Amino acid sequence: MSERTTAGAAPAAVASPAELAELLDRHGYLADDGLATAGFLALRMGRPLFLEGEAGVGKTELAKTLATVLGAPLIRLQCYEGLDASQALYDWDFPRQLLHLRAAEAAGITDVARLEGELYDRRFLMARPLLRALETTPSVLLVDEIDRADDEFEAFLLEVLSDFTISVPELGTIHAERPPVVVVTSNRTREVHDALKRRCLYHWLEHPAFDREVAIIRRRLPQAAERLAGQVARAAQRLRGAGLLKPPGVAESLDWTEALVALGVRELDPDVAAVTLGAVLKYREDQQRVIAGGLGALFDGG
Amino acid sequence: MGFARTLRAAGGPADPERVQAMLRALDHLDVLDRSDVYWAGRLTLCADPDDLPRYDRCFAAYFSGLTARPGRRRPPPAVVRRTFAAAPGASGGGDDEEVREARAAMVSGTEVLRHRDVARLGPDERAQVDRLVAALDAAAARRRSRRFAPAPRGRLDPGRTVRETLRRGGEISLLRHRAHRTRPRRVVLLVDVSGSMRPYADTLLRFAHAAARSGGRATEVFSVGTRLTRLTRELRHRDPDAAMAAVSEAIPDWSGGTRLGEELKEFLDRFGQRGMARGAVVVIASDGWERGDAGLLGAQMARLHRLAHRVVWANPHKARPGYEPLTAGMAAALPHIDDFTSGHSLDALEHLARLIGGSRA
Repeated sequence: MSERTTAGAAPAAVASPAELAELLDRHGYLADDGLATAGFLALRMGRPLFLEGEAGVGKTELAKTLATVLGAPLIRLQCYEGLDASQALYDWDFPRQLLHLRAAEAAGITDVARLEGELYDRRFLMARPLLRALETTPSVLLVDEIDRADDEFEAFLLEVLSDFTISVPELGTIHAERPPVVVVTSNRTREVHDALKRRCLYHWLEHPAFDREVAIIRRRLPQAAERLAGQVARAAQRLRGAGLLKPPGVAESLDWTEALVALGVRELDPDVAAVTLGAVLKYREDQQRVIAGGLGALFDGG
Repeated sequence: MGFARTLRAAGGPADPERVQAMLRALDHLDVLDRSDVYWAGRLTLCADPDDLPRYDRCFAAYFSGLTARPGRRRPPPAVVRRTFAAAPGASGGGDDEEVREARAAMVSGTEVLRHRDVARLGPDERAQVDRLVAALDAAAARRRSRRFAPAPRGRLDPGRTVRETLRRGGEISLLRHRAHRTRPRRVVLLVDVSGSMRPYADTLLRFAHAAARSGGRATEVFSVGTRLTRLTRELRHRDPDAAMAAVSEAIPDWSGGTRLGEELKEFLDRFGQRGMARGAVVVIASDGWERGDAGLLGAQMARLHRLAHRVVWANPHKARPGYEPLTAGMAAALPHIDDFTSGHSLDALEHLARLIGGSRA
């Protein structure tokens, strides 16, 4: 296992976690000390960052903002069950290969060895996310929801992430000039193998505290009045403590605020909440439960 | 590093490789800054949200100059016994005559034992049943995966066909096919370890171990009682006794009360709904003695039933003559169960294993 000491991507000048936090902040992402340190170390040590946490706490968003901060493209590999190497790494473009063969035939080329060599040329290789990330410098690679892929894929990913090389039998080895910044996210539906976690920096993301959530809403949706942002954040915090099927994440608070802003609402009251509840609570049972408990209870004291 | 040792003593995953990573992380941070040291350690030495409180405790203790007390060790509960060491014939020496007799008794006794309630067995008989339980195959039936594998017939496999064609100079002479692979379906076992289940909990956990061994990584095991405890990692030990020892360490609520509804809710909130129970075979091993709200249990069972492929309930008391599922908890759960079985004897566990495997026997 090799350790890289160089920064993964463009502004190698990020000197401290605080500076990274400020850069992220400038692009609308508010990171706390822990997350800023995690991101900073990921850049400095060239290690993948493994993010776990409830849905909607901003795991994917971090990767996106990191890409913006670094001025690098974001390459996303969405994991799902049955994902395999040809969908994650590369695949040969068979139709084009055949076409090439036919064209050669029509042109009367008979040099079989040369023809064969041409068929496995780089131009017939279709790069999938992992290969693309290795070939693009700098880049941010987001391996989203790794817990959805099968464990064979995990083992395979471990191999790619530990030496950042991919070997194509017909072509040879492709090595990353500079390894991409890698963010791996998981929702914990399945225990991810320890060997993979060991390769990474591990960070558990919590729902933000009240003040931070208000700040996040204000940052992302400046049109929302301070008072409205505060009300939404308080309601979201209370909903998280209400034992719902799907407690709202920051993503839902933002959705809700956006909906309210779109409706021109300046202040949240039970009537408005009742008609916009679908933006925060995505289960009928949850909605019924909250309505039964009285929507007013979400805002009092706010 | 002393801190890593403290953490390891408390059960954290601070292996040398991780400690190295922490030291390297500190190269980039301020070693004298408490917060920087905290995060360098937390990001490299932890690997699970469950590790975090322990890390915080050790960190606070170590860096305030005190040495942390190593994690409180509970004496293992009485139900955990050494099976293999106690088994006749396992120790190399000993009286030959005695061993032979014991073996003969074991062979003839197996048939009788199969149907006996495990709660009424003597220690030797239990050891025997334990060994037979360990050999059970309780993997779920396979389901179709999205992945393909080469097959003699099935859908056309464009990749391999074209490759074959290229090899023959562009002549499509042979069609290749592919078919969906199959994968084991996930099995989730929830084993009740409350007081009323005491005579059965050990055997059922051993059954869970056998299921985890035969189902590989597709099996998840939890204990329920007053707290939900994930045991999947503990049961990965190959040796049943080592696994049971690890399990008894991990379960904080042996022989306590039962709050099935609340715990089922916790399971579904934390794991089930996000995917663990989706399409899985979920087995609940409990007598359904619910101290909490039976209405809640019913609602959660309905939710589970919507997520899972099959819900199997194993209630050891079911085999008792005259048993009726009258306890409030059991009555609330029954409408949402696909298979209701007993699980009180070896024979019943074999039946349970077959149910998990998908046969209607």
